[in-house]
Amino acid sequence: MGHPLLEVKQVKKHFPVKGTIPFVPSRQSVKAVDNVNFHVMPGETLGIVGESGCGKSTLARLINRLISPTEGEMNFKNKDLVSLSKRDLRTVRKNIQMVFQDPYASLDPRKRVGQLIEEPLVIHGVGDSVSRKRRVAELLEIVGLNPRYQNRYAHEFSGGQRQRINIARALTLNPELIICDEPVSALDVSVQAQVINLLKDLQKQFQLTYIFISHDLNVVRYMCDRIAVMYLGKIVEIGSYEEIYHSPKHPYTQALLSAIPVESPYENKERIILTGNVPSPIAPPPGCAFHERCPFVMDKCKTETPPLIETTEAHRASCHLIKKEEE
Amino acid sequence: MHNETASDRELLYEEQYKRAQKEQSFMRKLLRNKLAAFGFFVMIVLVFTAIFAPWIATHPPHQMDVTRTLLGPGEMGHLLGTDSYGRDTFSRIIYGARISLIVGVAAVVFGAVFGSLLGVISGYFGGKIDAIIMRIMDGMMAFPFILLAIVLMTVFGQGLMNVIFAIGIANIPGFARVVRGQVLSVKEADYIDVTRSLGAKNTRIIFHHVLPNSIAPLIVYATMAVAGAIISEASLSFLGLGVQPPTASWGSMLQEGKDYLVLNPELATISGLAILITVLSINLFGDGLRDALDPKMKI
Ligand SMILES: Nc1ncnc2c1ncn2[C@@H]1O[C@H](COP(=O)(O)OP(=O)(O)OP(=O)(O)O)[C@@H](O)[C@H]1O
Ligand SMILES: [Mg+2]
Repeated sequence: MGHPLLEVKQVKKHFPVKGTIPFVPSRQSVKAVDNVNFHVMPGETLGIVGESGCGKSTLARLINRLISPTEGEMNFKNKDLVSLSKRDLRTVRKNIQMVFQDPYASLDPRKRVGQLIEEPLVIHGVGDSVSRKRRVAELLEIVGLNPRYQNRYAHEFSGGQRQRINIARALTLNPELIICDEPVSALDVSVQAQVINLLKDLQKQFQLTYIFISHDLNVVRYMCDRIAVMYLGKIVEIGSYEEIYHSPKHPYTQALLSAIPVESPYENKERIILTGNVPSPIAPPPGCAFHERCPFVMDKCKTETPPLIETTEAHRASCHLIKKEEE
Repeated sequence: MHNETASDRELLYEEQYKRAQKEQSFMRKLLRNKLAAFGFFVMIVLVFTAIFAPWIATHPPHQMDVTRTLLGPGEMGHLLGTDSYGRDTFSRIIYGARISLIVGVAAVVFGAVFGSLLGVISGYFGGKIDAIIMRIMDGMMAFPFILLAIVLMTVFGQGLMNVIFAIGIANIPGFARVVRGQVLSVKEADYIDVTRSLGAKNTRIIFHHVLPNSIAPLIVYATMAVAGAIISEASLSFLGLGVQPPTASWGSMLQEGKDYLVLNPELATISGLAILITVLSINLFGDGLRDALDPKMKI
């Protein structure tokens, strides 16, 4: 199926932790993203799910190059994102856009909506003022807002409308990849569906590729072709939507899935309730990071880190149980 | 299709919207505060006085007359009397407004421009640059404001331009601090990250997003700083370090008046009152400005 649009290889991001003694650098670090590998094919939607703090936003910011990885390689259309010069980075950024988590905080309160949507064009020197204005009106229409609203300020809009404005801005430069970092988690449930439908429509209309981040498997289900499950900075399972939903291999994925409310009271579902809290990303437990909370924990899990093992084609999970089944 | 979607309905109707906008307009909020309105009014009067001083003054401000020294108010056609050289006090007060306003505004503009620039660089880039700039500012702040101005005046020598420079320089650290603090909070906002991810350069981010969002507290601080600068000018002139002697300045008038407190108390009182009312009005206005600029306050 051709070449991947984005490849992420062995990427790590460790934030240094401020030591308790002033001026003495501590050797500890937050392993926000730890050895992550995946790829995204053109036109598909890759979902990234995981609990709060597992490193989803950090991963998004890495791909977007708002921050630099501690280690690893990222290729976008066969161009290395890590070693790009400042100027090349600007051109690549035209092609990778991002919709942030908080629709309220991601619009400058002192700018009119029209100016905000126009800004990417101004930054990259595209078109003259007349053609830019035309593009702004067109974009507002595309995301389902009245072009007349372009002289208003962001605070005059509701959360859902603001996220539409954010989406319009992300579309301005005709990008190929849009990273959506929990684009609907700050919105009402009724509005969530509208925004998700809009994203789906836009994908069809403009052949977009999405990385769709969420902590909610329920939301991801409507959007994604493939899903990656993250736990404590690592991808613990990745596979197609069907594989992940119907035959999850990792106990963590199984637990997340069992937490989705059943659709009818007659449906019988066994719930796996996770005990304990997410361990600290500063000092993750040895072996499998999940072993302290895993209902199927074995001795091996406490010492050996399981690798990502391919179960079926394009479905991989990192769990010692998988080997056992096959043997 | 647009008028009927659910999301559109959430928006205020056009009419309602316009009315609400008018209700909350900045000037309205500001002038609803009676004290701020008073301050604003006095400031307007002051500005007009300074501009039209030659037409308002009854005598040339430097004109001496040894036969008419130390006259009381109303005597021999002198509205507020005369000083020890026989110069008309009313006319000198009117011309003094010019000096006060010019020094107040120019010194603050000077301090605000350089202080904000340093504050933005410090706050936005952080690290070593921040440490260096802010330590220098701290060093300047360690001097009492007026002491710093006095030191600078002794170095520069007397004169209007030098007064402006001295007070302007003394104002730099204050502005740098206010702006830096504001920039530190603004630069963490998501919309700054968004703009960077769009490919914007630092200059664009600073001038189009960081500064406009830091401006409200800056305006309030600047207003108060004008009042402070007027007092500083008066203090310097009072100490004989301000504008050149024949020039009428409220501070130098106060200084001359203090020798005749028994014989002719109006002289010191009037110039002192001019300073007091001006500074009070500016501060009242500044207070109102702060409230009006705060979007969360709907008086
Ligand atoms: N700039 C930073 N400096 C230090 N630690 C950071 C920084 N940014 C993120 N972290 C840490 O990295 C970890 C992952 O954070 P991240 O924001 O990526 O999580 P997330 O999965 O997006 O969570 P959420 O669902 O709450 O948005 C957290 O433990 C966080 O405290
Ligand atoms: Mg996040």
